[in-house]
Amino acid sequence: MTDINATREPGRLGRVWNSNFVYSFRKNPVAVVSMAIFLLIAAAALLAPWLAPVDPYDPSLFDIMDSELPPVWSDSGDSRFLFGTDDQGRDLWSAILYGTRLSLIIGLCAVALQALLGISIGLIAGYVGGRTDSLLMRLADIQLSFSTLMVAIIFLAVTQAMFGSETFNQYAVFMLIAVIGVAEWPQYARTVRATVLAEKKKEYVDSARVLGFGPLRIMVRHILPNSLSPIFVISTVQVANAIISEASLSFLGLGMPPSQPSLGSLISSGFDYIFSGSWWITAIPGVVLVVLVLVINLLGDWMRDVLNPKLYKG
Amino acid sequence: MSLLSVRDLTVKFAMRDQTVTALNQISFDVGRGERIGIVGESGAGKSITGFSLLNLISKPGFIAGGEILFDGQDIAKMKEAELRKIRGNRMAMIFQDPMVTLNPVLTIGQQMVETLMAHRKLSRAEAEQIAVLKLREVYIPSPEERLHQYPHELSGGMRQRIIIAIALLLDPQLIIADEPTTALDVTIQADIMELLLELCQSNKVGLILITHDLGVVSQMTERTLVMYAGRIIENGPTREIINDPQHPYTQGLINALPQQTLPGHKLKQIPGNMPALTDIPPGCPFSPRCSYATDRCRSERPRISRYGTVEVACHEVERLLKDEKKEMTA
Amino acid sequence: MLAYLVKRVFQAIAVMFAISLISFAIQDNLGDPLRELVGQSVSEEVRQQLRDELGLNDSFLQQYLRFVGNALQGDLGTSYFFKEPALDVILKKLPATLELVFAATLIIIGLSVPLGVYTAIKPNNILSRTIMGLSIVGISIPVFLTAILMIFIFAVGLRWLPSYGRGEIVPVWGSWETNFATVDGWLHILLPAVALASIMLPLFVRLIRAEMMEVLQSEYVKYARAKGISPRRIYFVHALKNTLLPVITVGGVQIGTMVAYTILTETVFQWPGMGFMFLEAVNRVDTPLIVAYLIVVGFIFVVTNTIVDLIYGLVNPTVNIARMGA
Repeated sequence: MTDINATREPGRLGRVWNSNFVYSFRKNPVAVVSMAIFLLIAAAALLAPWLAPVDPYDPSLFDIMDSELPPVWSDSGDSRFLFGTDDQGRDLWSAILYGTRLSLIIGLCAVALQALLGISIGLIAGYVGGRTDSLLMRLADIQLSFSTLMVAIIFLAVTQAMFGSETFNQYAVFMLIAVIGVAEWPQYARTVRATVLAEKKKEYVDSARVLGFGPLRIMVRHILPNSLSPIFVISTVQVANAIISEASLSFLGLGMPPSQPSLGSLISSGFDYIFSGSWWITAIPGVVLVVLVLVINLLGDWMRDVLNPKLYKG
Repeated sequence: MSLLSVRDLTVKFAMRDQTVTALNQISFDVGRGERIGIVGESGAGKSITGFSLLNLISKPGFIAGGEILFDGQDIAKMKEAELRKIRGNRMAMIFQDPMVTLNPVLTIGQQMVETLMAHRKLSRAEAEQIAVLKLREVYIPSPEERLHQYPHELSGGMRQRIIIAIALLLDPQLIIADEPTTALDVTIQADIMELLLELCQSNKVGLILITHDLGVVSQMTERTLVMYAGRIIENGPTREIINDPQHPYTQGLINALPQQTLPGHKLKQIPGNMPALTDIPPGCPFSPRCSYATDRCRSERPRISRYGTVEVACHEVERLLKDEKKEMTA
Repeated sequence: MLAYLVKRVFQAIAVMFAISLISFAIQDNLGDPLRELVGQSVSEEVRQQLRDELGLNDSFLQQYLRFVGNALQGDLGTSYFFKEPALDVILKKLPATLELVFAATLIIIGLSVPLGVYTAIKPNNILSRTIMGLSIVGISIPVFLTAILMIFIFAVGLRWLPSYGRGEIVPVWGSWETNFATVDGWLHILLPAVALASIMLPLFVRLIRAEMMEVLQSEYVKYARAKGISPRRIYFVHALKNTLLPVITVGGVQIGTMVAYTILTETVFQWPGMGFMFLEAVNRVDTPLIVAYLIVVGFIFVVTNTIVDLIYGLVNPTVNIARMGA
C-alpha cells in the first residue's frame, strides 16, 4: 500500500521465480555438488597466477632433468611437483591451472559471442518478420546442417596453413573464440525468435507500441526477459560443448599451442607418452576436463528440469 | 442390476508437496442402454470421471478409493490385462479433439483393424470388412478408400465420425464421449451429436456424454449429473433438471443460458469462479458463490440425498423440502 | 513427391556451389603452385611466363569456371606430396573412413533405440537411472579422450586389442579394402568404432528417450490405450514411429558431425582414413589435397542430408502433401 513500486508485477514474479529456483536447487544434491565443484574449478582457474608454483608459460623455469616425473603419490614422485611433470619438465599442476583457465575463458567467451549474435538475429528475425525473417532462418538452417566441429577444423586448418604456425599461435585464443562463437548462433536465434513470435501477439507488446516505445526498447525491455530461461538452459549446454570443441581442436594441434597449453593441448602432448608409461600427463588434465564438462552438463540438466523452457526443436 | 455402478469413487493427484482430491466420493449408476450426461464447468472433474471409468487416469493421478462396478466386476481393482479386455471392447471412449486422437503415422484401416484384432480372433481381411461396415454406418463415403488414408487427409468432422465408428467396432455396452464436438466447427457439431444419438438408440448402447452444454444434454440424455469442484451435486432425470433445477448452482447454470435472457439484457452469469482443487472451502464448495448460503453451508459439507426422482447435495434444498413436507402434513 | 525431390536436389546443388566457391578461394590463396612446380630458383620472367601458361593471370571468374569444370570431370589437381591426382589419393582413403563411420553407426542405432525406448517406458527404475547417469558422463567425455582411455585400458593395459592401424584388410572392389572380412580386421576396427560412437550414442539415447516420453503423453497414445491395444504394440508401433521422425532429422545433421569426429578418432588410432590424411595434408600445406578433402566431405554431407530428408519424407505420411502444396 505504501509503496506501489514494491508490489509491481515483474518484481514480485521475479522474486517468486527466484525463490522456487533456489528452493529446488537446495533440494537437489546433484546440483549442489556440481555447483560446488564448478565454483571450485572456476576459483582455481581464476586464481591460477597465485596458486601455481611456477609460470608454465616460461620455458626458462623448466629443467629438462625434471621431465616426466610422476605425481607425488607415486613411489618416484618429487615433492616439488604435485601432479608430476610433462616431457619438458614443466610442473603439471601449474600447467593444469593455467590450462583450465584458458579452457574456461575460451568456452565462456565463445558462448557469449554465440548468444550475442543469436539473440540479436533472433530478435530481428522475429520482430521484423517477412522476408528478413525467412532469409535469416534459412541461413540458420544451412549453418546448422554443417557440423560446427567440421567447420572449425577446416577453418583453423586453412588459416594455420595460410599464416604459418607462429602467427596462428599468437592469435589462437581469438581464433578459437571466433570460430566456436560464430558457428552456433542458430540455437539461440531460433529459440529467441520463437519467443518473440509468441510474445508479439500479446497485448502488452501492442500497448507498448501504441504508447510510442521504439522497437529496440520493446524488444529489450519486454520481449527479451521472456526468453531468459531457455537462453539460460541453452547456454549451460553450449559452454560444455564449447569447452569440448576447444579441447578437441587443441588436441588436433589446431588450437592452443604446447607453449601455452589449454587442457586439450596438455592431453595431446601427453598422448605420445602413454605408451612409455607416463600416463599422468594425459590422465590428470583429462580428468579435470571431464569433471569440468560433466558438472556443467549436470547443472544444465537440472536447470532444464526446473525451468522447463520451451526449447525450439528443429 | 444396472450396467455400471460407481460407488464413492475418489481420485487424487499426487503433486509435489501435497495430494489434491480431484474426485470426491462420487456415486452414480448407468442402466443398460441408458444415456446420461455429465455437466459442469471445466475443472469440475467431468473428464477425470470419464477416464477413471476405464481406469485410464495417468500419473500423478490415481484412484484412491471407491468401486466402479461394471457388470458386477470392479474396474478399480482390475489388473492391466483384465482392463485391456474391457477397454475398446465392452466400454469404448470417444475423445475430445479428433485432430489429435488418431495416430498421424498409421492409416485409418490400421487403427481400426488393430482394435478389432486386439479383442477378437479375426483375419486381417475379416477385420477390414467389419471396419468398412462400421464406416458405412457413420455415413463415411467410399469407406474402402478411407482405410488406406492417413488422418491428416481427412477433415475434423470426418475424423470424429471415424472415431465413433471405432467406438462401435466391437458392439460395446457403454460409450463414454468426452466433449465429442467442442473441437469441431459449430456447423457440424449438431450432425455428430445426431449421429451419436441415432447409433446409441439403434444399437442399444449406453452413453455417458460429458459436456458443458446443457442444450446438448437435454436433447441427448435421459439423466443428468451436475458436477462441481470434484463432486456430484445434483443427479436426476434430464427433463426435471432442466425444468426444475434444485441446486442453486444448477439453477445458476440454467439461468445463465442465453435462451433464458431477454434480448438486450445481460447474461445472468454466476458471480465468482469455481475454487481451485487445491483450496476448496470446508463446507459446501459452492457456498462462496451461493446467494442462499448460511453459516451451516460454510462449515458443514452437505451430503447428497434423494428427494423423489432427484438427488441433491444442498442444505438449503433439504431445509426447504422439509418445510414443505411439514406444511403438507400440517 | 517429385516436386519435393526437385526441391531437395536444387538445395543440394546450391550448397555444393557454396562449397566450390570456398574451395576455390582456398586454392587461390593457400600456397604457391609455382613453387611446388619449379622451386625458388627460376627467374622472374620465366615465372611470369609460367603464370600465363597455367592461367594464373586470368580473371577470377575464368579461373573459377576452369576450377569447377575440372572438378566436374573429377580433376581436383595433383597432390604436392603424393604426386598423384588428389581425388585418387582421397578415394583410396575413403573406404577406411566409411567403414569406420558405418561400424559406429551400427553401434549407435543398435544400442540407442532399445536403450532410449527402455528408459522412456520405465523412467524411474534403477537400470534406467543408471543408463541416464552414464549417458551424461558419456556426453561429457570428448571423443579423443574416450579413444585414449580405451587404448590405455584395452591396448596398453590388458593387451586385448590393437591400438593402431587397420590390421589385416581384404580387397573387395577397386581400391576398396575391407576390415570386415577377417577377425584381425574386426579386432582393429572395434576400438575406433566404439570411440567414434561414444559421444553420439548417449546423445541419441537421450534424444530418443525425450521424444518417446513426449509421444507417450500424447492423446493418440492415450486413445490407443482406451481401445485396449497391448502395451507392446503401443510402444513399438504407435509411439516408436512417431518418436523416430524427429530423430531421423537430427540424425542427418549428426552424420556430418561424425565425419568431423573421424578426424579425431583416426588421429588417435592412426587409422589410415581421409581424416588422418587431411591433417597430414594441412601440416604439409598440400593445397590440392586439402581442397579435394573439402569437396569430398561436402559432397558426403549433401548426399547424406538429402537421403535423410527423403527417408523422412517416406516415413512421415504428412510430408508429401504439405510440401507438394507449398
